[in-house]
Amino acid sequence: MKYAAKRLLTLILTMLVVSFLAFAAFSLISGNAAEIMLGTQATPERVAALEHELGLDRPLLVRYGAWLAGFFTGDLGVSYSYRQPVWELIGPKTAVTLWLSLLSFLLIVLVSIPLGVVCARYAGGALDGAHTAFNQFCMAVPSFFTGILLSWLFGIVLHWFTPGAFPGLARFGSAVKYLLFAAVAIAIPRIAMTVRMLRSTILSEMQKDYVRTAISRGNDRSGVLVRHVLKNALVPVVTFLAQTMAEIVAGSIVVEQVFGIPGLGRMLVVSIANRDYPVVQAIVVILAFWVVLSGTAADLINGRIDPRLRLGGET
Amino acid sequence: MKKRILALVLLVCVLSAALTGCGGGSKEDSPENRKTANELNVGIAQDLDDSLDPHKAVAAGTKEVMFNVFEGLVKPTPEGDLVPAIAETYTISDDHLTYTFHLRQGVKFHNGDTVTAEDVKYSIQRCADATETGVLQVAAFSAVTKLETPDESTVVITLAEPANEFLSYLTCAVLPADYDRQDTAPVGTGPFRFVSRTAQDSIVLERFDDYWGTPAQLSKVTFKIIENADTIMMSLQSGAVDLFAHLTITQAEQLGEGFTVAEGTMNLVQAMYLNNGEKPFDDVRVRQALCYAVDKQGVIDQAFDGYGSPIGSSMYPAFAKYFDPSLTDYYSHDTARAKALLAEAGYPDGFSMTITVPSNYQPHIDTAQVIAQQLKDIGVTAELQLVEWGTWLSDVYAGRQFQSTVIGVDASNMTARALLERFTSTASNDFINYENAEYDALFAQAQASYDDAVQTAIYKQMERNLTENAANVYIQDMADLVAVRKGLEGVRFYPIYVLDLSALRYAG
Repeated sequence: MKYAAKRLLTLILTMLVVSFLAFAAFSLISGNAAEIMLGTQATPERVAALEHELGLDRPLLVRYGAWLAGFFTGDLGVSYSYRQPVWELIGPKTAVTLWLSLLSFLLIVLVSIPLGVVCARYAGGALDGAHTAFNQFCMAVPSFFTGILLSWLFGIVLHWFTPGAFPGLARFGSAVKYLLFAAVAIAIPRIAMTVRMLRSTILSEMQKDYVRTAISRGNDRSGVLVRHVLKNALVPVVTFLAQTMAEIVAGSIVVEQVFGIPGLGRMLVVSIANRDYPVVQAIVVILAFWVVLSGTAADLINGRIDPRLRLGGET
Repeated sequence: MKKRILALVLLVCVLSAALTGCGGGSKEDSPENRKTANELNVGIAQDLDDSLDPHKAVAAGTKEVMFNVFEGLVKPTPEGDLVPAIAETYTISDDHLTYTFHLRQGVKFHNGDTVTAEDVKYSIQRCADATETGVLQVAAFSAVTKLETPDESTVVITLAEPANEFLSYLTCAVLPADYDRQDTAPVGTGPFRFVSRTAQDSIVLERFDDYWGTPAQLSKVTFKIIENADTIMMSLQSGAVDLFAHLTITQAEQLGEGFTVAEGTMNLVQAMYLNNGEKPFDDVRVRQALCYAVDKQGVIDQAFDGYGSPIGSSMYPAFAKYFDPSLTDYYSHDTARAKALLAEAGYPDGFSMTITVPSNYQPHIDTAQVIAQQLKDIGVTAELQLVEWGTWLSDVYAGRQFQSTVIGVDASNMTARALLERFTSTASNDFINYENAEYDALFAQAQASYDDAVQTAIYKQMERNLTENAANVYIQDMADLVAVRKGLEGVRFYPIYVLDLSALRYAG
């Protein structure tokens, strides 16, 4: 329970700090929402009037306080650009990004763990050599490029899906199918990284005394690997995967653009460009929440894998 | 461990079921199905991240789409004329001071209400006062002294002094008087009605069946927002969209079989705008030197593959009435002359300058790069500075803190005033700090004359003034390339920046 309380506190603190930093960052860059909304029609009087209406003429801390008060009462404010309630704007997009991230994550876990084990098992062989080279290649190719390639191959040539026509989550099956191609683009470089990491942790684990003992007692190599070594080797990998989970959201910004997926990524980029603070703040908080949540999940999972890790936190 | 494996297996099963089971749904969004349903998907590169209220919307991209939803007393035609819309007829008194509009009977708003003289009065008053925050004042309405509605279907507007172009401003959208959700759920009288907007995703319009005029051909149009250049091409080829305006030359050339490319003009004055208030561009000789040094046709050939119409002043060819073709070649490409002028101005070895360009407009970046290359020939080192659109608006446009910038300036309505007023020394949007007494006097004269021929002649003189004083280095009106899926027809180009959907239809 104490652990949960600690985590919750971290969560709130992180969100507070991140949201304040985002708020402050805006006051450092040039251009404000009123100027952008008025565009080429901006005159000093119009800008001043609009700033006043939006409350932008108040000091930074007052604005932040007001935002915070709204946040804790469940009011995220109204988007400056779209003049629509923020949650109405980003709610559906959060769902899309969540599904995209989950799909990518699932792909990463399902592909990289077995592949990592196999690579470690046959380390040094021809297959491993070929795979290492391929792995390097996968890590080097950026997601947006893979995305374009996938859209072209599966969309234009094979007609497995229609690039640019995301069906929306209401048609869930079609939506997941569409998202899967984007998820592959996001997953490929991260699968490569995870495989490499798992391979090397397994290999260094294999050098340890308990492995030698187990093998000398007559257990076969593969059995030892799966039953004993994998468990120990997974701990750093789980931590790494938690980081990946956070990164996926960042990675999805570019991939969403390529596939024309209406997720948070595009919304965030555009809102920053428009200086649409209420929307940016809301997205930043969601992302911070996401990152802290992944970290917590990793801690909990590691605790299950390696009971020694539990001693410090849980009572 | 076993449980976990079981869970994983289950998950994979569910996923694959989802993938295979729901693949070929009957409502697949394909070009064939859209044709059967008489629907159309249009790609646009810019979201309508703006108020949808036509009296507040600023972005050209927003106005371009909402042109289909709103109308004024009069509306523009592709030929550049004004025809009655909500008004059926109008008369102008002999002293050019009183305009009487007789409204068309039974014109309906999209919410079902009938347009009354009160609605017209409200709409004009709203733009004249601009007391409501966000509403952009229409300066021409300041001349209105009286706005009367003698009966349900008559509106009488009285002006303080004659204004020849007044009618052009009455394209100003007519909105229902007692409706306060225009920002997000706009209601107008146009051939299409607004259905929905999903930020960064799509805008949906449907045919308005109670439209007073020729109804639109298509029953539904979905605008899809696609910013990424590669995705644009992919969406056209995959069948996700049927029409895409403002393509680059490279994109248009990649389209292949299934499309035709309609070519119009962007209706923008693309130029390297110079800050006339800053050194070294406060010296007319330096500005002229730049005009001689830049080869517009070279820019068009190199950056636009030859598509585009060169211009020589703040007017584009689509405004045929006001366009003076003789100004286009006023400064023929002449490096020797440019160098001589620079030497005379005290820069025999040239100088260094910055060209600030908004990073989201690739055509302007390309143009700036070619210009920078050309300026090297006269010893001028131009450095490109790419800035975010927000920064550009704030620093360059509003703050006037810049040396030079490449941008396209559009006209908000079909008057020469819309393009030329900004260079009068008192204009709040005179971002290049152009100050010329003769120019100001000409503008005042143009406003005072209600004889169309006289006024046009004065406007042409103003254009000449801008050219002779080399206010800016004018380049071109860019070509507007529209990709249209084969089997679709009815693309119409206007002398202003709009995308008219009402005549689009599937052939046969």
